[in-house]
Amino acid sequence: MKTPVRSLLLYAALVVLYLLHNDLWLWNDPRLVLGLPAGLAYHVGFCIATSIVLALLVVYAWPDHLDREAPEPKARPEIKP
Amino acid sequence: MTLAIIVVYLAIVLVIGLFSHRFFRGTSEDFFVAARTLGPFILLVSLFGANMTAFALLGSAGESYMEGIGVFALMASSSALVIPVVFYFIGTRIWALGKRRGYLTPVQFFRERWDSDALGLLLFVVQVALLIPYLLIGVMGGGTTLTQVTGGQVPDWVGGLVICAVVLTYVAYGGMRGTIWVNVFQTMVLLGLGFIAFWVIVDKLGGLSAAMTRLAENHPDMLVRGEHIKPLQLLTYTCIPLSVGMFPHMFIHWLTAKNAASFRPTLAFYPLCIAIVWVPSVLLGVFARLDFPNVADLGPGGVSSVLVKMINLHAPGVLAGLLAAGVFAAIMNSFDSQVHSVGTMFTQDIVRHYGFHDRMSESQQILVGRLFMVAILIATYLLSRVVDRSIFKLGVWCFTGFAALFPVVVAAVFWKRSTKWGAFASTISVVVLWIWFVSHGWKSADYTIADSGAMPVAVILLVSTAAMIAGSLLTRPPKLETLEKFFP
Repeated sequence: MKTPVRSLLLYAALVVLYLLHNDLWLWNDPRLVLGLPAGLAYHVGFCIATSIVLALLVVYAWPDHLDREAPEPKARPEIKP
Repeated sequence: MTLAIIVVYLAIVLVIGLFSHRFFRGTSEDFFVAARTLGPFILLVSLFGANMTAFALLGSAGESYMEGIGVFALMASSSALVIPVVFYFIGTRIWALGKRRGYLTPVQFFRERWDSDALGLLLFVVQVALLIPYLLIGVMGGGTTLTQVTGGQVPDWVGGLVICAVVLTYVAYGGMRGTIWVNVFQTMVLLGLGFIAFWVIVDKLGGLSAAMTRLAENHPDMLVRGEHIKPLQLLTYTCIPLSVGMFPHMFIHWLTAKNAASFRPTLAFYPLCIAIVWVPSVLLGVFARLDFPNVADLGPGGVSSVLVKMINLHAPGVLAGLLAAGVFAAIMNSFDSQVHSVGTMFTQDIVRHYGFHDRMSESQQILVGRLFMVAILIATYLLSRVVDRSIFKLGVWCFTGFAALFPVVVAAVFWKRSTKWGAFASTISVVVLWIWFVSHGWKSADYTIADSGAMPVAVILLVSTAAMIAGSLLTRPPKLETLEKFFP
């Protein structure tokens, strides 16, 4: 098992991302940022930030126990037909 | 020429799908979940491909034409966060349970999890019924695309029929392996040709900067959310991507993974893949306002045909054919997985489960699954001839139903105290409320609750969660021996 604190911090980062998704402050912003409308550029950046947090999640908070819990096919029970 | 390119493309897809049959191991596990052998890269491409539909390409461009750039935040960036998180918390655990217990369908899992045949049957009916609008999107998208790129030479009904015939052929013959091989090929085509389409069209518009300047002068409302989207709508739309947790085709795709670690690249790269596909679609949708200032200018096909019309206008000839092939790739990518999932579910959850397997060989069972696919496709095709809704709206109603069922899978995976009665209450509340909201909102293009911006999915999700909790706590706890299977 990974450090629970580290996992909890990364789960908290997901919640922060969820809150940041609601960018009310850019609602009527007509500026262009990097050639894109501000509201669109922000959400492209949001996708990149999400990708980074998820990459950290798979490195530092991966449920390793799942592979151990799933046995090879020989040990699998028959599904009740 | 355009038509010839599309025909060649479809022929390539068929050959790949049929060729995959040479690797068929002759078992139902291989036919239905590719023998659970997919590694990280193929899993990423197939999961992404299975979730990229006519909705993502044609629907998003059409909706952006109507509502502006806010559509990206509404559907794309919310999906970029929610979908991989569902994969992380639910998908990996379903994979482990599926491998441990040998599941091939979601119904098998739910039926065993709560020891209830009736619940399994209810979920089978609800999931297949909700999948039909999703299938409709593919059939309608195929029809629209073929008609538009051939300048009306090929009638709308032929395009839908062609999509059905091609997909049915390689799915029925190649099973999950054929579906995945084609998915990988088509996702590459989609990403490659999508980028080319965007680059060519924007170049014809004078470059990104010039197109933005013209849009800011003539249609400034397209560059902000403004009145097009309400804040409550943005908030509640984030519930929609939860649908991925209850899509039967995604559930079955999870089961194809070789190990839990195969999910890792999918999680990290999924948000980037979403941005790569949706940014060009949304921008081409808003740029279409420069060429087609009014909806009436779009002519036949309406807003769902915006992307194809832009391709036709700015990249005629060979390129139009190639780009149209890219659109077909997106449409068939998810369509095939959905068709495969209904066949798998019927074979496993009805034919095998209700005893017909005693009288049938394994190959006969697969044949019955194929016949069910044919029946569903015929029904879907006939529906596509009478339904008159934009691809985007149709998709949102379908996703609403699946997303509202999300508490069922969460409770099944994480909540020991949940009971079949809780699952029944939750599922029935979704059915009742979904029918109620569809009957009230079907005719309105932008239906939200009391015009507040709140999407019906948020309300149905709240009620179904409450029903799951109340139904479980008010009934007898599940048997210990059942729990030991799922919470070792």
